[in-house]
Amino acid sequence: MTTNKLINLVNISKSYGETLVLDELNLYIRENEFLTLLGPSGCGKTTTLRIIGGFETPNTGQVIFEGKDITKIPPNERQLNTVFQKYALFNQMTISENIAFGLKIRKKSKIYIQDKIKYALKLVNLDGFEDRMPDSLSGGQQQRIAIARAIVNEPKVLLLDEPLGALDLKLRQDMQYELIRLKNELGITFVYVTHDQEEALTMSDTIVVMNQGYIQQIGTPEDIYNEPENAFVADFIGDSNIIASTMVEDKVVNILGTNFPCVDTGFGKNKPVDVVIRPEDIDLVKPEEGTISGRVTSLIFKGVHYEMDVMANGHEWLVHSTDLFPVGSEVGIHVDPFDIQIMNKPESEDEQAAEINE
Amino acid sequence: MIVKNKLAHLSERISENGLQLPRLTKIKWLSFPYLLWMIGFIIVPLIMVLFYGFTNKEGNLTLENILLIASPINLKALVLSLKLSFISTLICLLLAYPLAMVLCSTKLKSNNFILLVIILPMWMNFLLRTIAWQNILEKTGILNNILSFFNLPSLNIINTPSAIVLGMVYNFLPFMVLPIYNVLSKIDKDIVNAARDLGANGWQAFLKIIFPLTLPGVISGITMVFVPSLTTFVISTILGGSKVVLIGNVIEQQFLKTVNWNAGSGLSLVLMIFILFSMAVLSKYDKGSEGSNLW
Repeated sequence: MTTNKLINLVNISKSYGETLVLDELNLYIRENEFLTLLGPSGCGKTTTLRIIGGFETPNTGQVIFEGKDITKIPPNERQLNTVFQKYALFNQMTISENIAFGLKIRKKSKIYIQDKIKYALKLVNLDGFEDRMPDSLSGGQQQRIAIARAIVNEPKVLLLDEPLGALDLKLRQDMQYELIRLKNELGITFVYVTHDQEEALTMSDTIVVMNQGYIQQIGTPEDIYNEPENAFVADFIGDSNIIASTMVEDKVVNILGTNFPCVDTGFGKNKPVDVVIRPEDIDLVKPEEGTISGRVTSLIFKGVHYEMDVMANGHEWLVHSTDLFPVGSEVGIHVDPFDIQIMNKPESEDEQAAEINE
Repeated sequence: MIVKNKLAHLSERISENGLQLPRLTKIKWLSFPYLLWMIGFIIVPLIMVLFYGFTNKEGNLTLENILLIASPINLKALVLSLKLSFISTLICLLLAYPLAMVLCSTKLKSNNFILLVIILPMWMNFLLRTIAWQNILEKTGILNNILSFFNLPSLNIINTPSAIVLGMVYNFLPFMVLPIYNVLSKIDKDIVNAARDLGANGWQAFLKIIFPLTLPGVISGITMVFVPSLTTFVISTILGGSKVVLIGNVIEQQFLKTVNWNAGSGLSLVLMIFILFSMAVLSKYDKGSEGSNLW
């Protein structure tokens, strides 16, 4: 089951003055997928999005859309539409004039436009808002109008630049479900930019993790979360324990002086590696039942779970558990071999970007 | 119900303190100097002009001063003034808008420098600037010297309406550039990007989005060029000699040469009507209260 490569970015490099923001980036986006560019501020995700949209031109490389090179084509001639971070609604026009803007440019008939406005407003659950002015709407409503204004032009691809950043948590979560619903109803490709890993994990089919202009990992949300390929991805997504260790041999790793059974192979013998263990994968048991033992040094109630720090073998382990272990208690640490993720240490400049920024 | 409550409240206060007037707050004390200024230097002179305008030398009420505007010479002067100030305003707009757009798209460092260069002439005396142009444009002036050096025919610009338009544009151009630049620079770049994204080419984005957003600045600029141009007499005296007579000159003559304050006031009042009228028309376009200032 191979779906087309709708968009192909080939060797894209972009500098702003002296700063190199993207370095020979290669990425393809498939039809109908929800792809998220995820990374911290300054990693190049917004620049990548803007290059796809045509608001920036790359210094080198090409943007291929449906097999055609569109690198030199201006944004108004590309079959994409963008939802901007600060909505960019036209404040001097009414809501229906905003939504109709693209359609009027393309000289659609009045009846067609009216129907489309009704349809778009219904789609974003804002019927009846035709004659309102943008600044009389709340942030969430403005955001939905921005989405309506973009999708009404039936683009093949919708680009979204951190659209939910200015909304409060509850609204953001509601909008996330809205966006998934929209994508399924409209059947168009979504390219989404965010620094919020929870958003990325919730909505995406594919996540592209970026840092300092390089792609760190591409995969499904589960791949990214459960099998991060390097320390940066492991640290950026969710909480994690990342410990420098030694791969003794296949399926055995030595963490802080103790051998742990694991499931990874092919790293060689006595190779220095980074080990990632998610805090929720650590079981706290009786000291004699654990692979190593330690003492609880901190306990915080987080609602969903308890967050505890356990000092064992000279390292402070982060543990998430629904069980409560009071501060000072002796505990044993047990980790299922399957939950120990082994990663190579960074070697090249490319991979140095994969190191965790402290 | 509400009235009943208010009455009850009021009677309570009176019974407590006796019937007292509310004390003036600090702000009201602070506004007194400005109130005095307004009365002394704006309202009183206005009343005086009104008085002189509607009376004759003997002090009788008359409309003859107002009707003076209809005499051929004065009408010609008014029409010429309107024509020249309209042309100057238009030229300023056509020069200033692209300049403001260029300023908006250049990098920050050279931006401030160019703005400084534009404002610099304003730091010098208005009269000096205008006399400088007289030097440049006159028969044996700098312009003609350069032209004759290249064996080109000399231009006779001085003492023509063109010279006056030149003087108006030179003096008032910064007043058009700055308000437009101010508003233009505040437009969120993503708004323009959104317009492009939705299919508008550069020209459509300008007409439908950028220009309407800059309208308050444009209105501000037009007002600041048109009104002084309409009422000037300095520019027409220096660059027009006695050959080009504007309404400003007519009024000046009435006050200083003929010493007919009644006639001068009457003509001034008519001019004021014109200005109020054009400002009313312009303010219709400035729907948003965001009329931008020069500073």
